[in-house]
Amino acid sequence: MTGRLGYFACAAALLALLVATVAAARVDLGPLSTTVALAIAGVKAALVILYFMHVRRGPRLIWLYAAGGFLWLALLITLVWADVTTRAPNL
Amino acid sequence: MTDADADAETDTGTATTAATVTTDAAGAKSYLNAGFGVTSWLLTRDHKRIGILFLVTLTLFFFVGGLFAVLMRIELLTPPGEIFQSETYNKLFTMHGVIMIFFFLIPSIPTVLGNFLIPIMIGARDLAFPRLNLLSWYVFVAGGLFTLAAVVAGGVDTGWTFYTPYSSVYANSRVVLAGVGVFISGFSSILTGLNFLTTIHTMRAPGLTWFRLPLFVWSIYATSIIMVLGTPVITITLVLLLLERTLQIGFFNPSLGGDPVLFQHLFWFYSHPAVYIMILPGMGVISELIAAFTRKRVVGYPFIAFSSIAIAVLGFLVWGHHMFVAGQSVYAGMVFSLLSFLVAVPSGIKVFNWTATLYKGSVSFQTPMLYAFGFIGLFTIGGLTGLFLAAMGLDIHVHDTYFVVAHFHYIMVGGMVMAFLGGIHFWWPKITGKLYPEGWGRLSALIIFVGFNLTFFPQFILGYLGMPRRYHAYPEELQILNVLSTAGASILGVGYVIPLIYLFWSMRYGRTAGANPWAAQGLEWQVPSPPPVDNFETRPTVTDEAYAYPMRGDPAVQEGMRKTTEMPP
Amino acid sequence: MNRDAHAHQFDTAEQQDAAARLGMWTFLLTEVLLFGGILTGYAIYRAEHGDAFTAGSARLDFWLGFINTAILIASSLTMALGVHAAEHRRHRLLMFFLAATMLLGAAFLGIKAIEYAHKIHERLLPGPLFAPAAPGARRLELFFSFYFALTGMHALHMLIGIAILAVLLVMVARRPDAPSIHRRIEVTGLYWHFVDIVWIFLFPLLYLLGPAGPAR
Repeated sequence: MTGRLGYFACAAALLALLVATVAAARVDLGPLSTTVALAIAGVKAALVILYFMHVRRGPRLIWLYAAGGFLWLALLITLVWADVTTRAPNL
Repeated sequence: MTDADADAETDTGTATTAATVTTDAAGAKSYLNAGFGVTSWLLTRDHKRIGILFLVTLTLFFFVGGLFAVLMRIELLTPPGEIFQSETYNKLFTMHGVIMIFFFLIPSIPTVLGNFLIPIMIGARDLAFPRLNLLSWYVFVAGGLFTLAAVVAGGVDTGWTFYTPYSSVYANSRVVLAGVGVFISGFSSILTGLNFLTTIHTMRAPGLTWFRLPLFVWSIYATSIIMVLGTPVITITLVLLLLERTLQIGFFNPSLGGDPVLFQHLFWFYSHPAVYIMILPGMGVISELIAAFTRKRVVGYPFIAFSSIAIAVLGFLVWGHHMFVAGQSVYAGMVFSLLSFLVAVPSGIKVFNWTATLYKGSVSFQTPMLYAFGFIGLFTIGGLTGLFLAAMGLDIHVHDTYFVVAHFHYIMVGGMVMAFLGGIHFWWPKITGKLYPEGWGRLSALIIFVGFNLTFFPQFILGYLGMPRRYHAYPEELQILNVLSTAGASILGVGYVIPLIYLFWSMRYGRTAGANPWAAQGLEWQVPSPPPVDNFETRPTVTDEAYAYPMRGDPAVQEGMRKTTEMPP
Repeated sequence: MNRDAHAHQFDTAEQQDAAARLGMWTFLLTEVLLFGGILTGYAIYRAEHGDAFTAGSARLDFWLGFINTAILIASSLTMALGVHAAEHRRHRLLMFFLAATMLLGAAFLGIKAIEYAHKIHERLLPGPLFAPAAPGARRLELFFSFYFALTGMHALHMLIGIAILAVLLVMVARRPDAPSIHRRIEVTGLYWHFVDIVWIFLFPLLYLLGPAGPAR
């Protein structure tokens, strides 16, 4: 069970990652910058889900729910993306 | 408990005890007489009463939507558009679609039969969140009122699909009102799905493992997954649409950099799975009817159970097949086409399994079974024509023609509405404690079947010959098919009105039903008709598989009912 | 206090707790898709109109957004500590953390209001009032439509969250022994953390596009 120390540690990690996000944004990574930003955000979200929302010690069903939502969103964005990026160029 | 109640399980459809209308033989209260007066209904938390509230509301919407259809079919009797202006006709088909889809088909079986039966089928006293359940009804009514307000205030003419930029920029009709109505109704759907998912996961009776559940529960579970994952997308899409319309900002407006096809993506991401919301519960009902009226275990239970989940999942991957000619990329179209072929497979699996169940079963032809037969045949035709549409090349020819209209009406009306009626008839004794008149039931089923085919089969031909949908004028040579279709529609209408009359009639004058007039398996048949408020005296413990009918050749002749609950003395 | 008290449709309090948790997670699932719809549009247009979006992002108040993100992280901490206090029946501590979370949430909304005021002043509110001083990229209005839609939805959810916390605060103050408190606090906590997660994604997506970053 996550004790209070765990919560403080999690918050500290989140703040550290926030700084990291900003630092990464100052560097010109070209097309990679979005990926990096989203990756860091993903890690932060995972921390919140696993620790603040107790999913780490929770039943597998909740893991499925948490994962399922993001999976479904990924599905939506990916398939729409697949359309938009493969259309014939404007004439 | 009197012997008369024991006799209740012998024949189908025969009168049983002389017990009074709404109490079982022990004189216990049923949910129908546990409180009278409007407030006891409008503030109820009982899932059974909420199911009835929905039934009443949905019946009203069905006939309003049907009225629009009648007007359309009358207009289509003659080739030129003579009765209505084009703008008015646009409003007719829009309102028909909006009301039938969002305010009848999507809620129908889940909110009526699902609400009533799910807790009983899993051995629970109620759903997990009874107050949310009631809220779901109020939200539904609110959404319906907004939509009816849109009708009264002049109607919407965008088509139920609300395509942009017409709906967001150019339409002069009550788009905002109707959009708000549909937006609100989405929350009703979400609440219902949320309730069912949580209930089925956490409140099953001891011993009721997943693979002992009735297949109806599996189908409602799969439906709820779709409700929960899909509905929010149309909710937010409508918000964006209404923001664009009211504030003139451009999400989907090409002149402001927006993409109208994006609207279609977001719209169909929900609206395609929505058709599975509409059909899956119907399939669940059919599984129950087939089992009861062949007195057999359903063949391939795990296949049917998993196919429901497969349909729910795959159904989310095919929405682009509505957009083959919308400007979507050809490559995306190919992917969606392939996946659309795939999604037909689980439906086919169900049809095969139902048919296999009939083999060497003890088949009887009561009204619910007639509807089930109708469903299997008509759904198959509708489903197969869906495969035609999934093929991109063919779709280009028949897109936006009456072929599509016929396809989805075969599934929605020939399939879903028949399943709804079959389910209503099957569980009517449980819900009301009364038997409907069987003769009238069979007659109506037959009338509906004939009327339905006469209405919609010509439309396949019309579509293939090129008659566009949403047009009220058409070439002379297509008139005979249109006249046939309208004739069919009038027969169909009669077929729908008759049950309304005799079901009403039966509530007061019908013969009293016992606990199990069909001698069917299932927890719902082991509680009195109508059930007491808390469904069960004591929580049942389930040890049997679902549909534990005596196997052929079983020497122990039973009535087909295993008592696992303590009946009141 | 009857810790085992539960609503009549359930058999045990544990069953009701499990159902409440699952119910809230299901609701959060719908919220992912709700925000997801707007994010999908955002993703598509970001790809198509990269310049306009970068320009739009550069016009946002970076430091206010940064501070807001930190505030929300802190509020998640206080919320988690509140849930912890509820688990251990430390009701005064719980009330403290509820109030702290509310205050942080209110601070977030206050800063958001300042940001919005800036944007409106600079005539960046989409719609008939959109008339930025230096027009810049053509599709700027599209960016700001998404900015306001996304942050507006988020702010609405924050507001609802604060309102729920207020109700809970009163409930705990009045009836600290109510058996449903822990369950309700935990479920509200889940909601609050989710709203935090949404912002965790919104901040880089809106404020940190391209290498512009905290240039001002």
